[in-house]
Amino acid sequence: MRAMVYRGPYKIRVEEKDIPPIEHPNDAIVRVTRAAICGSDLHLYHGMMPDTRVGMTFGHEFIGVVEQVGSSVRNLKPGDRVMVPFNIFCGTCYFCARGLYSNCHNVNPNATAVGGIYGYSHTCGGYDGGQSEYVRVPFADVGPGLIPDWLEDEDAVLLTDALPTGYFGAQLGSIVEGDTVIVFGAGPVGLFAAKSSWLMGAGRVIVIDHLEYRLEKARTFAHAETYNFAEYDDIVVEMKKATDFLGADVVIDAVGAEADGNFLQHVTSSKFKLQAGSPIALNWAIDSVRKGGTVSVVGAYGPLFSSVKFGDAMNKGLTLRMNQCPVKRQWPRLLEHIRNGHLKPSDIVTHRIPLEHIAEGYHIFSAKLDNCIKPLVIPSAN
Amino acid sequence: MPYTAHKPPRVRSNEELRAAIPGWGADLDPKDRPSVPKEQFDPEFSGAHWEFPERQPEKWPRERSIEHKFLTPVFGTTTPPKGLSGAIRKYSYKKYSEGRAAHWLLLLAADRVDAWEHHLASFATLRPDNPITETGVLSEFTRHGIASRTGTKRADLNHQWIDPIIVGGPWILAGGLAIAAARRLARLRQT
Ligand SMILES: NC(=O)c1ccc[n+]([C@@H]2O[C@H](COP(=O)([O-])OP(=O)(O)OC[C@H]3O[C@@H](n4cnc5c(N)ncnc54)[C@H](O)[C@@H]3O)[C@@H](O)[C@H]2O)c1
Ligand SMILES: [Zn+2]
Ligand SMILES: [Zn+2]
Repeated sequence: MRAMVYRGPYKIRVEEKDIPPIEHPNDAIVRVTRAAICGSDLHLYHGMMPDTRVGMTFGHEFIGVVEQVGSSVRNLKPGDRVMVPFNIFCGTCYFCARGLYSNCHNVNPNATAVGGIYGYSHTCGGYDGGQSEYVRVPFADVGPGLIPDWLEDEDAVLLTDALPTGYFGAQLGSIVEGDTVIVFGAGPVGLFAAKSSWLMGAGRVIVIDHLEYRLEKARTFAHAETYNFAEYDDIVVEMKKATDFLGADVVIDAVGAEADGNFLQHVTSSKFKLQAGSPIALNWAIDSVRKGGTVSVVGAYGPLFSSVKFGDAMNKGLTLRMNQCPVKRQWPRLLEHIRNGHLKPSDIVTHRIPLEHIAEGYHIFSAKLDNCIKPLVIPSAN
Repeated sequence: MPYTAHKPPRVRSNEELRAAIPGWGADLDPKDRPSVPKEQFDPEFSGAHWEFPERQPEKWPRERSIEHKFLTPVFGTTTPPKGLSGAIRKYSYKKYSEGRAAHWLLLLAADRVDAWEHHLASFATLRPDNPITETGVLSEFTRHGIASRTGTKRADLNHQWIDPIIVGGPWILAGGLAIAAARRLARLRQT
């Protein structure tokens, strides 16, 4: 089969690999029909995530058709069209039993602090991902969901990570009616977080980024007010002015480890790996939320330390809430929202890249060329 | 204004928002929010039919965090540790917990070693690593590299110039060293 393969920082290519075998009775092998590249993949691509090995196939957002199932699989059969959450999870450990699917304890021997994620380094379990023609899906009775007939493929693939994560990020904000919500980051996750904030009754939604074309999407797709932080000397002061000096009730960090806006913070994290992530957006969130307010963090950071402004968070009495998104928990409600026309996830898709050209897809998405917001990957088998 | 008791007046009323934004307020009630409350005990909900999963066979000694009691019943099997990078990785897992910076710094160092082990090995194959195609950098010409970076203010331009140096630098250096070594050899042969 053809598969994307990591060759070292900023370098990937497509190689011939063996079709993965069943390794556990509850495995399924899925033939991938659509995959996507996520902002999280950029952290791997830039070499920031410890234990990212040459030869690994990335990709944690994908849908496909079940090709083969292990002996104990009951809920799926070959031929089923499935969407697969980016989390790998067992369903019954201490954490899964409580709905914390992204924090499963039975799937990642390499680390206890993070669950299992497809194609996301050995630190997240050492599983190959779905930017390929076939992929091994563990716990087939637990993770994958059947794609309803009425749901289009491009909407389904966004249900495996980006949309649920944005929706979850808004929930972590504990938004109450009329709240002012600021979202840092107008990537796929930020756009969905902004859109979801309205569902939860926000009175104002402000989106901040430095890429004009993404802010344009935030205005049209997510109905948000927008600010380009590169246009202002100090975006925190601007946010205070915008809220009559109170600060926002809720701020969502949808940027994560490679935040821009401060040369030193960015370069020490993203280029030289001296900290686990550039905390610029997170620090701006802490400073622009009101005292007693809530900061929701869905932006991802590595396992090392970062220079976060903890003193301000403490003095302001903030609530900080965060997690990897437990994707499957979000599906029933999100499917209702899509059906009712509240959400149309595929509106943010800008690029459809054949698997054979995936190296260019990564460069376009990483360097933010060609007005790229969400690139999908189309495996050659179809 | 924070200097007095009341919330700032609403910019738009609920009615205005409902009219302008599809689905506004549909999840106002926290009961409609799937991750509220955070923990909801329901082991049956997931579709799992085991109390503890069957164990996947361990085909080679699988490295694991010393914060785990045992090897997890299911695990990934891609790219087993090999070579010098593999030795560094195994050492890091065996010796340091996730709480130690040394654990992560060793793993990051192993990643850099791994990349160079593979680059060098690739030169002995029919498909040597090619930094031009593998970085996708040619898309700069087909996907509006210049237009994408001009006309608006972008905060990432102040560091994007570093990427070609980080990525290309070692290749140019390695190429230079190879040429110097070849010249040296040639000269030695002549004398
Ligand atoms: N928690 C989860 O479950 C989960 C799931 C998916 C993605 N993520 C993380 O969410 C983050 C965003 O993902 P994405 O796919 O939208 O990525 P993306 O790279 O497309 O988007 C990030 C955006 O942030 C902008 N940005 C950079 N610095 C900023 C700053 N200081 N202030 C405001 N905006 C800034 C960038 O211009 C970009 O538009 C990543 O860190 C990713 O790893 C987390
Ligand atoms: Zn992701
Ligand atoms: Zn579990």
